Amino acid sequence: MHGPTATADWISWPRVRAFGALAAAGYRRHSTYRQAAVAGATTNVVFGFIKVYVLLAVVAAGGAAVGYDRRQIVTFVWVAQGLLTVVLMWSWTELSERIRSGDVVTDLLRPLPPVVAYLAEDLGRAGQAVLTRFLPPVVVGALVFGLYVPGRWFTVPLFALSVLLATVCSFCCRYLVNATAYWLADARGPIVLWGVGSGVLAGLYFPLRFLPDPVAVALWVATPFPGLMQTPLDVLVERDGPALQCGLVALQAVWAALLLLACDRTQRRAERRLVLQGG
Amino acid sequence: MARAYWALFAGQFRSVTAYRASFAVELFSNLGVIVFDVLAVLVLFSVTRTLGGFTVREVLVMVSLTACTFALADLAVGNIERVKTYVRSGRLDTVLLRPLGALPQLLLMDMPLKKVSRSLFALAVLAVALHLAGVTWTPARAALLAATVAGAVTFFGAFFVAGASVAFWWVESGELANSVTYGGREFAGYPVPVFEGWFRNTFAYGLGFAFVGYHPALALLGRADPLGLPAWSGWAAPLVALPAAGAAAAVWRLGIRHYRSTGS
Repeated sequence: MHGPTATADWISWPRVRAFGALAAAGYRRHSTYRQAAVAGATTNVVFGFIKVYVLLAVVAAGGAAVGYDRRQIVTFVWVAQGLLTVVLMWSWTELSERIRSGDVVTDLLRPLPPVVAYLAEDLGRAGQAVLTRFLPPVVVGALVFGLYVPGRWFTVPLFALSVLLATVCSFCCRYLVNATAYWLADARGPIVLWGVGSGVLAGLYFPLRFLPDPVAVALWVATPFPGLMQTPLDVLVERDGPALQCGLVALQAVWAALLLLACDRTQRRAERRLVLQGG
Repeated sequence: MARAYWALFAGQFRSVTAYRASFAVELFSNLGVIVFDVLAVLVLFSVTRTLGGFTVREVLVMVSLTACTFALADLAVGNIERVKTYVRSGRLDTVLLRPLGALPQLLLMDMPLKKVSRSLFALAVLAVALHLAGVTWTPARAALLAATVAGAVTFFGAFFVAGASVAFWWVESGELANSVTYGGREFAGYPVPVFEGWFRNTFAYGLGFAFVGYHPALALLGRADPLGLPAWSGWAAPLVALPAAGAAAAVWRLGIRHYRSTGS
């Protein structure tokens, strides 16, 4: 469908415009689910309270061993609750459903490769989620508990970059998980496995820094999971010195590039063997 | 009548086993949920010795008790969550037209095999946790455990049914109920003294989640409540379950009567 072409041709003005249009469409599409946004934000806030009290009890009893102070842990929890839907760890089954029904064939006829088209829409969705889903838990956290104020001038822009990379990494992982439907016809199993594994490995159940150092380092280097949630949070609360803080984001960028490549390869391989479902 | 229900059940069984690889992965992942619950507690205790004044063994009893009763409730009535997709798509019409009860049909319209394995696994984890905590068994404590499991399963089941009924009024707000149902499950697994203020009062005593995990665990472990509730509160799971079940049934019936088809 989209064979190897020269880079100059690949990133052409019409393609950039198409990417922008798809992102805007993703933004508008997700703006229409207002009830769902209120319900989802409420759930994020309730879980935020539970997690913040549990981790505050850990900080109170564990002291310095925890590696985060009170403000940092509060910020960690509430910003994580806000990022959940921006990064979108769960509940994306669109591609696998389209593969199952055979609708994916229309995606192949579009002027952009499916990976790029879906990424554009996902970034639009994430932009929308920043307004409706990121802000409510963060505001609640700030009002009820008080948040950590970063001390370095570059922390906030670095955090924004880190969130963008986390969203791209999350998108790629979701794309790969959904793409198993090309081979299995039904991707429910892999999607559930991803839902269960990604949460704990990304740092949603507990900060990954609580793990023994060798395990934490292995997770960061060998898997993309910490880059989905733990990295942006550690960047924001300045868990590490400036060098490591920037290094973690660089590692995220490497993972984003590798995952995009993996998505592209997987999609091409699937297209070569694709038997279309439906009629 | 029973044959009609059996046909629904058998059809679902065949449909999930049609995609074997995917089903196997799903089965495995379902056990993962409980493994990670336990793992999360162990990791928290690797940086602290106590949580809200309780040791890791005591907290594991609370976590596993909640995980187990929640898994059993999910097995029994968790499928009810699908009602929101049925309402949105108008497929509930088909369900209502059949000469069978709406609630039992919805419960049988998804294969709960994966949930059976999860429940059995959770029971095993609970047995290990109780053993590790060194509970001294008396006839009264055995009766307490049985009453708590029955009460907590009914209690969580009531939240599933009441939560799903929200979809009859607000189609897109299924997740609103999750905040209480799944939030409550999460809450019930930790010692109540960990939480503070109005949030503690609402979830622990207002909604009653303290009485299905924390207080029964205290009674089993033979510990007094640091917050000063009397010892008999450990037996309160059935007491909170009955009004919850009654309220859930009423909300469900109201919802079914309120249902307007999408007409599509």
